[in-house]
Amino acid sequence: MSAQRKPRPQLIRTKLPMPCQEPADRIQNFDEVPYGYNEAEAVFEAQRCLTCKNQPCVSGCPVEVPIRNFITLVKEKKFLEAAALIKTKNSLPAVTGRVCPQESQCEAKCVMGRRHQPVAIGNLERFVADYARDHGEEVPELPNSTGKTVAIVGAGPAGLTCAGDLALMGHEVTIYEALHAPGGVLIYGIPEFRLPKGIVKYEIDFLKKVGVKIHLNFIVGSNKTVDELLAEFDAVFIGSGAGAPRFLNIPGINLVNVYSANEYLTRVNLLKGYKFPEYKTPVKRGKTVMIIGAGNVAMDSARTAKRLGAEHSIIVYRRSKKECPARQEEIHHADEEDIEFRFLTNPIRIIGDELGKVKAVECLKYELGESDETGRAKPIPIPGSEHLVECEVVVIAVGNDPNPIIPRTTPDLEVSRWGTIVTERSTGKTSKEKVYAGGDIATGAATVIAAMGAGKVAAKDIHKQIMGIKDEETVEP
Amino acid sequence: MFTLIDRKDVTSESVWFKINAPNVARVCKAGQFVIIRANDKGERIPLTIADWDVNEGWVSVIFQKVGASTYELADLQKGGNLQDCVGPLGIPTHVENAGNTIVIGGGLGIAIATPVARAYKQAGNHTEVIVGARKKELLFNIEEIKEFADGLHICTDDGSEGRHGFVTDQLLEMIESGQQIDTVFCVGPPIMMKFVAKVTEPFNLKTIASLNTIMLDGTGMCGACRVTVGGETKFACIDGPDFDAHLVEWEETMSRLSSYKEEEKEAMEYYQKHREGCQCDKKGEQK
Ligand SMILES: Cc1cc2nc3c(=O)[nH]c(=O)nc-3n(C[C@H](O)[C@H](O)[C@H](O)COP(=O)(O)OP(=O)(O)OC[C@H]3O[C@@H](n4cnc5c(N)ncnc54)[C@H](O)[C@@H]3O)c2cc1C
Ligand SMILES: Cc1cc2nc3c(=O)[nH]c(=O)nc-3n(C[C@H](O)[C@H](O)[C@H](O)COP(=O)(O)OP(=O)(O)OC[C@H]3O[C@@H](n4cnc5c(N)ncnc54)[C@H](O)[C@@H]3O)c2cc1C
Ligand code: SF4
Ligand code: SF4
Ligand code: FES
Repeated sequence: MSAQRKPRPQLIRTKLPMPCQEPADRIQNFDEVPYGYNEAEAVFEAQRCLTCKNQPCVSGCPVEVPIRNFITLVKEKKFLEAAALIKTKNSLPAVTGRVCPQESQCEAKCVMGRRHQPVAIGNLERFVADYARDHGEEVPELPNSTGKTVAIVGAGPAGLTCAGDLALMGHEVTIYEALHAPGGVLIYGIPEFRLPKGIVKYEIDFLKKVGVKIHLNFIVGSNKTVDELLAEFDAVFIGSGAGAPRFLNIPGINLVNVYSANEYLTRVNLLKGYKFPEYKTPVKRGKTVMIIGAGNVAMDSARTAKRLGAEHSIIVYRRSKKECPARQEEIHHADEEDIEFRFLTNPIRIIGDELGKVKAVECLKYELGESDETGRAKPIPIPGSEHLVECEVVVIAVGNDPNPIIPRTTPDLEVSRWGTIVTERSTGKTSKEKVYAGGDIATGAATVIAAMGAGKVAAKDIHKQIMGIKDEETVEP
Repeated sequence: MFTLIDRKDVTSESVWFKINAPNVARVCKAGQFVIIRANDKGERIPLTIADWDVNEGWVSVIFQKVGASTYELADLQKGGNLQDCVGPLGIPTHVENAGNTIVIGGGLGIAIATPVARAYKQAGNHTEVIVGARKKELLFNIEEIKEFADGLHICTDDGSEGRHGFVTDQLLEMIESGQQIDTVFCVGPPIMMKFVAKVTEPFNLKTIASLNTIMLDGTGMCGACRVTVGGETKFACIDGPDFDAHLVEWEETMSRLSSYKEEEKEAMEYYQKHREGCQCDKKGEQK
């Protein structure tokens, strides 16, 4: 009967690498580093997928993108259908395809990865989304208006996702954003060379097309409080992010040319400081720039410094390479761009000149000791290992705390001792009636896709609440 | 877009803007500020709200032309548009009926001192104002302040108007005369505020300074505005801009303000070149 069985395609063990700008060229510009697959490359990589019945990859994705099925559509060259399928779960695939830490999410679970390299799910997701963008994606038909209104605080990935989902359910959605441009970290933090701003803008234009209103230069807590919004809207979603930079408690931290990564990146990305003086916001260009920390934010800062002309862009990190919290791809790209890593090293003092400008950082060397409760080896300082590193600019990238404006101005909103808004994870509900929250403001600094997931979860529950839909169990069979 | 309802030159160095911004006007209080941006390429410039009208939905600011961004801003004409205007930002000046208050405005600080002094007066304080400028021509708001203040003392560096000397000379004289003073509020160049703090410290006189640090977002996101106050790092945009003047690290504040000296020069040269270029074009058209 099964004489017609298709021959099994030959197993291809390694991922098809993404073509990239050469390191020597790309450090001279702010253009995107990987070019992305072309059609043939995408189909080739898709062929590597084994179409697993139980598709373990999906369980690695925080929003459960139907990975196997979209890859199958790619094999069949049905790219627009693949894009539409992804969008049922993930409204910003062009973004996540570029910035998700795939190696610890979807690709970590891919069967192919057990013995060979996993399927390049992120690269495929990116290809499909880019294809759809270039080939006239259709705006979905909107349901009739429900007459219900929802206010969204913050136009980061959490707020944008929540807004998009609610608009597609027929609600009238208004986003309030403090900055002069929407996108949150996507627009002010993550650099152009990793996430072109045109892509973010396209996604935001899409939201506008489905009727979402965006109010810029509007600070909730100042222009209107959450309570005032509640008087006007049927529900409020807070996606205000973890935007408050942490500094180190060391001498010299407020010297001139010591930046938080947020400030450094905002000057360059949001305000286009790399085009100074045509664009009016300056950013310091140093011959040697030291970045403290080793997450995505640190990699972005170090690679930005290089592009601003630094001869030496040095990452200083207290632990070893293994413990770097940044995405593998970012560390790899940083390596290629001659970013200098000083592991097991930590600054203890920043030294200024007579004008109060940074001229050197005193550092201490560490060695790895026993593992701590997180299972990571604890770094222990080596006595007498103090040494000076000369530099003109220091960028502190040791994390962000939740933005305090909303908690400060909404007294009856329950906040944890870390300043995050307390929510029920399965619904996004806060302690305050009709108020939801999600993304970094609820979890502390996390990922784009986690923030989007939280926006989605909240949109679902908001819809249920404002439409008066009862929980499943009470619905008649 | 935020329409410029009106504008005028207050002095040869400073400009007054009346901006249509109903969302700001509706909720702002004395001591708060806005951040404005002239156009897509512009810098985000923090400016204190000088006056406002809830019903008409406008706020006004007075700013000094010090660098490329403020010069460019000053070029805007009545009826034109500002790309962005966000606010009110910062914690309003804490105004209570403390009895006797002296409000000091130096240079451009006069613009900020005016609404603060008015608020003190309205809260029931005996309010005297000291204003200082390099020369007579740079003074402004004088008639306005006279209308509500219990006393106005003018100081000029060159003696062309009022007292020949600094605001601190006037302040010291008032303190030493035994006059009852409960609170001193000062705003102006940081060097002036530093010396005001020096004058009042030995008398244990409560002194508040309004800091004009470098800022970017104004919402606590970047830390550009950080200052050391009483040994702790504070963000001027969300913890201030008002701080206890005796606890502020003035040297640090001043050095941080000069962070972009070289870039400011470059920006100014670019601005001048670009602006002259524009005028050449116009001449070309007339031919
Ligand atoms: C430099 C950098 C690189 C990163 N790289 C990656 C990466 O490669 N991969 C990844 O998955 N994650 C990365 N992250 C983390 C990721 O960007 C965040 O987890 C994600 O953006 C959080 O989304 P959010 O919507 O919760 O908040 P945000 O993106 O922070 O957006 C919050 C928005 O709310 C606005 N807002 C705040 N308060 C108010 C208010 N009171 N009123 C109105 N608006 C307000 C803010 O201006 C902002 O626009 C990176 C983060 C940074 C900083
Ligand atoms: C909360 C707050 C409120 C403010 N309110 C006002 C206001 O009401 N009116 C007003 O004119 N300005 C005010 N400022 C200062 C104003 O924002 C700056 O003067 C402006 O950003 C300068 O921009 P620029 O590009 O034109 O000048 P730049 O090119 O940045 O600076 C040119 C020169 O001016 C000096 N300078 C810059 N800023 C200051 C400052 N704050 N104080 C003293 N010297 C400075 C620089 O050292 C430099 O030499 C305020 C600042 C803050 C933080
Ligand atoms: S959204 Fe992120 S985790 Fe999910 S499939 Fe796409 S790249 Fe993987
Ligand atoms: S686990 Fe890997 S091989 Fe299997 S369906 Fe998912 S992507 Fe394809
Ligand atoms: S201006 Fe950015 S934190 Fe104050």
